[in-house]
Amino acid sequence: MSTFLWGVLPYLCIASLVGGTVWRYRYDKFGWTTRSSQLYESRLLRIGSPLFHFGILLVFFGHVGGLVIPESWTEAVGVSEGLYHFNALLFGGIAGLCTLVGILILVYRRRTTGPVFMATTKNDKLMYVLLVAAIVLGLWTTLVSVGAGSEAHNYRETVSPWFRSVLLLRPDVAAMAAAPVQFHIHAIVGMLLFALWPFTRLVHAFTAPLHYLFRPYIVYRSRDRQVSGARQARPGWSGIGTTDRDRQR
Amino acid sequence: MRVMAQMGMVMNLDKCIGCHTCSVTCKQAWTNRAGTEYVWFNNVETRPGQGYPRRYEDQETWKGGWTLTHRGSLKLKGGGRVQKLLGIFASPVQPKLADYYEPWTYDYQTLIEAPLGDDFPVARPKSLITGENTKITWSANWDDNLGGASEMGHLDPIVAKLNASVRRESEEKVRLDLEKTFMFYLPRICEHCLNPSCMASCPSGAIYKREEDGIVLVDQDRCRGWRQCITGCPYKKIYFNHKSGKAEKCTFCYPRVEVGLPTVCSETCVGRLRYLGLFLYDADRVTAAAATPEEGDLYEAQLDLLLDPSDPAVIAAARRDGIPDDWMDAARRSPVYALAKTYRVALPLHPEYRTMPMVWYVPPLSPIVDVLSSQGHDAEDRTVLFGAIEALRIPVDYLAELFTAGRTDIVTGVLQKLAAMRAYMRDVSLGRDGDPAIPEAVGMSEETLYEMYRLMAIAKYADRYVIPTAHVERAHELEEIGCSLDFDEGPGMYESGPFGEASGRPAPVAVETFNALKQRQTSDAAMATTESGSLTGRVNLLNWDGNGAPPGLFPGRSDGDAP
Repeated sequence: MSTFLWGVLPYLCIASLVGGTVWRYRYDKFGWTTRSSQLYESRLLRIGSPLFHFGILLVFFGHVGGLVIPESWTEAVGVSEGLYHFNALLFGGIAGLCTLVGILILVYRRRTTGPVFMATTKNDKLMYVLLVAAIVLGLWTTLVSVGAGSEAHNYRETVSPWFRSVLLLRPDVAAMAAAPVQFHIHAIVGMLLFALWPFTRLVHAFTAPLHYLFRPYIVYRSRDRQVSGARQARPGWSGIGTTDRDRQR
Repeated sequence: MRVMAQMGMVMNLDKCIGCHTCSVTCKQAWTNRAGTEYVWFNNVETRPGQGYPRRYEDQETWKGGWTLTHRGSLKLKGGGRVQKLLGIFASPVQPKLADYYEPWTYDYQTLIEAPLGDDFPVARPKSLITGENTKITWSANWDDNLGGASEMGHLDPIVAKLNASVRRESEEKVRLDLEKTFMFYLPRICEHCLNPSCMASCPSGAIYKREEDGIVLVDQDRCRGWRQCITGCPYKKIYFNHKSGKAEKCTFCYPRVEVGLPTVCSETCVGRLRYLGLFLYDADRVTAAAATPEEGDLYEAQLDLLLDPSDPAVIAAARRDGIPDDWMDAARRSPVYALAKTYRVALPLHPEYRTMPMVWYVPPLSPIVDVLSSQGHDAEDRTVLFGAIEALRIPVDYLAELFTAGRTDIVTGVLQKLAAMRAYMRDVSLGRDGDPAIPEAVGMSEETLYEMYRLMAIAKYADRYVIPTAHVERAHELEEIGCSLDFDEGPGMYESGPFGEASGRPAPVAVETFNALKQRQTSDAAMATTESGSLTGRVNLLNWDGNGAPPGLFPGRSDGDAP
């Protein structure tokens, strides 16, 4: 069982995440959108959405810090386990709470505002269940850690090595199996969420418009540099007269 | 100098009768779809009036267009890049549906299905957003023909501005009582600006300007629905399709323009007031022109961008920059260039937004003529007209706020030219000799005035629309460069979807149109029938092709009790 959960499932989820994203990007660019409902309702959205999004961004960076950076590195720069843990719980807890409050406002809004609820698909509902579950379970692990005080489980000796070992293609099943049950559940729900990710509206996160900071304001596009014909040119098939046209320019 | 071509439009407002044919035909052609019920790529506003969406011209509220930094460079009024990105989770300045209106239909079914009774059945209005009963409180043309102007006229941002300036000088205010006011119609489409702020606001970079003809389009495959363009556009001519979650805008009917046909709004215009043609402009100087320090100088700066297609230096540069010779020829015959630059009677809408709009307007003389004729004066007499243009301050002030950022001298000059044309041509039409003093008074020769008259009053079809076709050898490249509204109702549109509405890959518009036409012409069955026999799109009396009997189109046949 452990082998499946911590040795096989992660790769299935990664395959779904990567393959699904590539597939969706190729075949459903038109459906790739935030599907904003601000036109229908903006009072609650204005509170809930920034709360949730900024919260989840912090949570994301927290996870990166906790899972990717080995404990030995932080200790090398003089951050003790206790200090790290305290900070993680404090800031992680605050960010997680913001995220939870934000998404609860958003779900409430979605359910109670007629037009927004009408625009909610089954796909959205499933996604919301997984997303809220992942957030709640994540906060649960935090709560348990706070409750345990200094005896709290140090996930940087179990979960984090496992996470890195998965990315290095040598899954350390035993390390993860040694973690407490709340981490197990949180990790499973998280993996399922990522497996589902490319097939939901969450894909908009992958096209976060950071390039906006660097692009020129005015965008010109030429008809000439685009592919010819109603269908994308396939590799190995160049259009008739292409070179002539090139010469003309 | 970098010469680029731009398709432009001029509207002669004196001819607009406010019939809304342009709006209706445009809507039937482009936005007759779920998700775009409230979207009017073309709308006609009565001025004074609030416009659509309500009070869109109030940029202190809506933050559209550009502004200058204290160092004199251009900055989006909605904020810089970082500020825009921080605001994408809940766009801070965003028109709500209430600022447009809640689209509705009527429950016509009741009229034919209501049981026999004492009460007359009523078709109740139903919201197209929620499907519930609704109360109609506003629409795109609620203040049409000054409806409600005595109550709400002061909400027009220009009226508000003029009245605010009046309070200090204890002068005349804008009168909105029916007997004393003036009015004219203002049809609006996307301005296809040279310096578009919607494009600059788009975080995804999905909005682009076509190098060949300057038409501004939204790439539907790259739009992610961040909604910043709606804030960015000061004319509020980008709309959010609430079904597909993407921005949509006027396409200048590019599929028609490419083959030399005028846009739908122009073609169907009853008053024949629209002109289409090419401008040549210097792309290198656009930003500098848009950053002109004084708002009042923006009109001149914009005019300076337009290049004379007969100038040998321009011709040489245009050839170097790859503009085909037949396009140069079209640019020389361009009616929009003639009206804007040669005769200088067309003005841009709100140059103070600094977007360099490319839909121009000949301001109406009718508010002044109306006042004169209602007072019993001869409204075609030059001295009377010229005197009135000087004396009737309010209509001129109003027009100046619309078209020249407040420069009344420019508007007065244009109106005087129109008045001169009227007075001069009356003599000619009555068989008298034209008075050469009249054109001279407005700085024109008799010949130019007559040519202007030909273009503006006779306005032959071939003179109004000079549209060079896109090149045949480039025809393939034109197709499907990721444009805006190729996605008609068809496979993949609004039906599909494991990922919600409108997901899935749409059929290319050319393929789709070909199939639809073929089916229409060869099939005996009703159009748009799937293999299972159900109709894929909505069929109503407008789009029914006469084949078959689509369900719901006709009442059921009841045997026996037919007369």
